[in-house]
Amino acid sequence: MKLIEVRAPGLLTTVQDPGREGFGPLGVSASGAADLVALRIGNRLVGNDEDAAGLEMTLLGGTFYFPDGGVIALAGSNFCAKLDDAPLAGWTSAAVKARQTLTVGATNSGARCYLCVEGGIEVRRVMGSASTHLLSGLGGVEGRALRKGDVLYVAAPKQAFRTFRRRTVNGRGLEKLKPRKLLRVTDGPQSDWFREEAKRVFYGNTFRVTEESNRMGVRLDGAALTGTETGEMISEGVSLGTVQITAGGLPIILFVEQQTTGGYPKIANVIAADMHSVGQLRPRDEIRFERVEMHAAVALLEEQEKWLCSKELILE
Amino acid sequence: MRKDLSREMPTPIRTRFQVASDQSLLVYFDSSHSAQQQSQISKAVHEQVRRFVRLLEAEPVQGVRNLHPGYASVLVNFDALQLRHEKLEEILGGCLERIEQVTLPEPREVEIPVCYGGEYGPDLQSVAELRGLTTQRVVELHAAREYLVYFLGFVPGFAYLGELATELVTPRLPAPRKSVPPGSVGIAKNQTGVYPVATPGGWRLVGRTPLKMFQPDRKEMSLLAIGDRVRFAPISRETFAKLERA
Repeated sequence: MKLIEVRAPGLLTTVQDPGREGFGPLGVSASGAADLVALRIGNRLVGNDEDAAGLEMTLLGGTFYFPDGGVIALAGSNFCAKLDDAPLAGWTSAAVKARQTLTVGATNSGARCYLCVEGGIEVRRVMGSASTHLLSGLGGVEGRALRKGDVLYVAAPKQAFRTFRRRTVNGRGLEKLKPRKLLRVTDGPQSDWFREEAKRVFYGNTFRVTEESNRMGVRLDGAALTGTETGEMISEGVSLGTVQITAGGLPIILFVEQQTTGGYPKIANVIAADMHSVGQLRPRDEIRFERVEMHAAVALLEEQEKWLCSKELILE
Repeated sequence: MRKDLSREMPTPIRTRFQVASDQSLLVYFDSSHSAQQQSQISKAVHEQVRRFVRLLEAEPVQGVRNLHPGYASVLVNFDALQLRHEKLEEILGGCLERIEQVTLPEPREVEIPVCYGGEYGPDLQSVAELRGLTTQRVVELHAAREYLVYFLGFVPGFAYLGELATELVTPRLPAPRKSVPPGSVGIAKNQTGVYPVATPGGWRLVGRTPLKMFQPDRKEMSLLAIGDRVRFAPISRETFAKLERA
């Protein structure tokens, strides 16, 4: 089995796949890649199934030594990576020779970059998934972010002895799948609790991503929503991407490591097609919300999925 | 012998669907006669929530990914590429018609040892002061009752337990703690619960248990399950230390 040695872990690097669904009744949220679109494309670039596990890096990447070589691809935001001393392009597969070192730097665009390797990262699956759930210490490598000195196993590729073929991503497809700062939302289950005045503030203003944001939730700063019904609400299930308004009137977007239930009223919900955009938000980024109808949300997801599955997305 | 709990239900429980997002649907259960939108906490409603979850776990619906039960609701997450709200409502409507046929297992009884006060229960004093009780009386009242696990939520293995004696009903902390130690036993309004992992939290902490509430490599990952009956048993610091080592 091939190995990857972690020489430097970066700011926050975890093993991620699409996550573990089905454990909501135990209070376990799905977790999974913050930008699943990037992970899926990265896996396609190295010939993996789309749900193979890769490494999710946050703001600052790590340094990885490949004693046995392999085939890799970086997907997501541009973290200015080098293979030994040569710059390594993102969204492109590359053959790594034995004893080469990949150095992933700091982002010059969004929050997250994925390292995908041919065969996928091999860790013990917990509740059916390799995904790290940091808050509860589940999955990945001992349920935690990578550390210097960790050694990762790479699973055997689906097809052995395949000759390396450089693959890259269709520019038009990449443009279609680009992360957005104008997040599209549908009404939340308590939209009716908010007066028109509060909705005007919500849809008419720019919000800033705060430093306290993480995989659990994206906390926003900006104009507080006034005229909110802060009536007592008994705890109920909350969905991925829900925008809850806290007692102070500021929004929080619940993200992949979300709490499974909550008691704050929810004004809106980020559409499924824009969840990967949330995964690329950095502290101090400015975002806005745009309300769309349900049929539009579904159409956008279908269009995104068509691109993600299309043959023409990956160029050889 | 299984009791047929449905025959004990005093009022019919109405259900209502509410779209939550493009990939989720809320099913509300409501026993109140008033026109108000909010569902109320009740044991009868809780049993309907349990039956519904049990039915969907026994007979999974194609395209449904996850269920998040609450006090009086179940959030159903689905794959929006496979299902639409209208179709899901139709399928779930069929399930709801059969819900009375779902039998619930006899509740399990679980005892949770708790060391109250001191560094383990930093808010015991403030709860006593807020309610005009001695700390000893707070402990007595907290440990005297059997609680029902209404649901697990928030974080893995966190059981929402109710209901607290009215003498103990206390609001949340004005500002939540950044991190609550695992095993901490908290109270908030008429609820009590045990934090399984270190998380931010606004409940008032009255004690701590040495038991591990959630362990993914254990057969029963969560010590508590929905519908369990729970009692807290006061223990000394020495017993706490001994159990923690075990």
